[in-house]
Amino acid sequence: MKKGTLKQILLITDGCSNKGEDPAATAALAHQQGITVNVIGILDDDQTEDPEGLQEVEEIALSGGGVSQLVYKQALSQTVQMVTKQAMTQTLQGFVNTELKQILGSEQSMEDLEPEKRGEIMEVVEDLGETCDLEVLVLIDTSASMHDKLPTVKEALIDLSISLNSRIGRNRFSIYSFPGKRKDIDKVFDWSPKLDAVSTVFPKLTSGGITPTGPAIREAMYQFGKKSLLRSFRKNDEQDIENA
Amino acid sequence: MMNKTSKTLDYVIRPGMTITGKWHKKSYLIKRKLGNGAIGSVYLCEMNGKQAALKISDKSSSMTMEVNVLKSLEKAQGNRLGPYLLDVDDWVTTQGNIYSFYVMEYVRGIPMADFIKGHGSEWVGVFMLQLLEDLGDLHQSGWVFGDLKTENLLVASSPPKVRWIDVGGTTQIGRAIKEYTEFYDRGYWELGSRRAEPSYDLFAFVMVFLSVYYPKRFQKGSNPKATLLKKMNDVKALKPYNNCLKKAILGRYHSSAEMKQEITDVLYHAQKGQRKKQQDNTGDTFPFVIESLGICIIALGYYLSSIIIP
Repeated sequence: MKKGTLKQILLITDGCSNKGEDPAATAALAHQQGITVNVIGILDDDQTEDPEGLQEVEEIALSGGGVSQLVYKQALSQTVQMVTKQAMTQTLQGFVNTELKQILGSEQSMEDLEPEKRGEIMEVVEDLGETCDLEVLVLIDTSASMHDKLPTVKEALIDLSISLNSRIGRNRFSIYSFPGKRKDIDKVFDWSPKLDAVSTVFPKLTSGGITPTGPAIREAMYQFGKKSLLRSFRKNDEQDIENA
Repeated sequence: MMNKTSKTLDYVIRPGMTITGKWHKKSYLIKRKLGNGAIGSVYLCEMNGKQAALKISDKSSSMTMEVNVLKSLEKAQGNRLGPYLLDVDDWVTTQGNIYSFYVMEYVRGIPMADFIKGHGSEWVGVFMLQLLEDLGDLHQSGWVFGDLKTENLLVASSPPKVRWIDVGGTTQIGRAIKEYTEFYDRGYWELGSRRAEPSYDLFAFVMVFLSVYYPKRFQKGSNPKATLLKKMNDVKALKPYNNCLKKAILGRYHSSAEMKQEITDVLYHAQKGQRKKQQDNTGDTFPFVIESLGICIIALGYYLSSIIIP
């Protein structure tokens, strides 16, 4: 099996979108392009676990083929890495399931197998998850209500890069914030294998009440395409260096 | 999400009910809940009059991975390291929901912190050596425990022996740690990566013993390393081991065996030191000094007289 690159958008928000297209629709579009959309909804300390305005979170992740999670900011670090890893396993399991269907017939999925055989297949999924390359585009809501949450988000992202860089496979991260000054999203941190340097460039807050989550996801989706051309050059460079 | 799952499980699974496997058709009578893991819940159950622990979850893939770990541990080390595995199966509820479960040996024991409080700090060294030996064996067979924490350890009685009860975080050496708890994780303390290597477990090992003396844990503060070393120095019972623990925190040990050797040395010297002190305290030395001093004076007298009188 050829090892591919998993592509993920990680949306971190604390409220409902109120401008532009339905975010669930753009998430579905991204999913069609082979990009998984994960969503983390941050709860305020006084909010219950089923708050208004955050129902959207689950819908976006569902149509984006990803994982969603509502969380208080204290538990953000662990949640961010758990969501990312779960989504990876889910995507890879999806691939393996499709392969299985081709071998075993269309009605078979992993749950229909005996626990013993399931074990062997999960070993394959786990191996893939450890060794595949991963690209994560983090999309951060920087509307005014996120004010006291941004430092925690920053810490959680640095922590995420520690976790993922402990894998064998390669990683690339980039960070975008929305709403942007003139566009729907602003680039905060360009594609890079580590997030250590992120502290200095972390997004400033934008005031104003608009949250264009839908358009932001659409823009984010294009960033994968744009970069791939540039990266193919870089990759060749790297290979040259290795050869030398 | 974790809380949600265990909550819904609490509604579905009640003490007194019977769970029958879809594949192997074995039935288990649920007695009571033992606890929550990162995925799923663990119940005490009974099959043919024998007690066992049953772990159940709606996350089939994660459960399968745990079972894989238990199986490889059995292959590598026999049953000594993890609890041994009895059955793996699915349970279909009357509503048609599918849960995965596995049944393992029920380890009876009490939390390590409670044991040490009840029986005294001299057990710290014993448990350290026991844990390091087991960790060493685990590392030898190519695995790292990962989620090493007080909640995953029990002291089984007669003779007191530390046992591991949850192997969910066990990861092959060289990979990314599968499951961890912030307080015990060196990544969280900014003292290393989350790559599975023996030193990862040794860091968590130190945190296990710290948490015995800080049941409420503590915050990492602005300088995590300094906080950690200060908190460690403040515990009187850990004083003898301070050098070893510090080395483990800074990742200076490459194997459990290395650390075990140094802890053994500490314990040996501590005993020797105590014995020496006891001898000192008996007070035999004073007459001995007087006696030798007297002999010296007499000898000196003879010597001088032999010089003066030719």
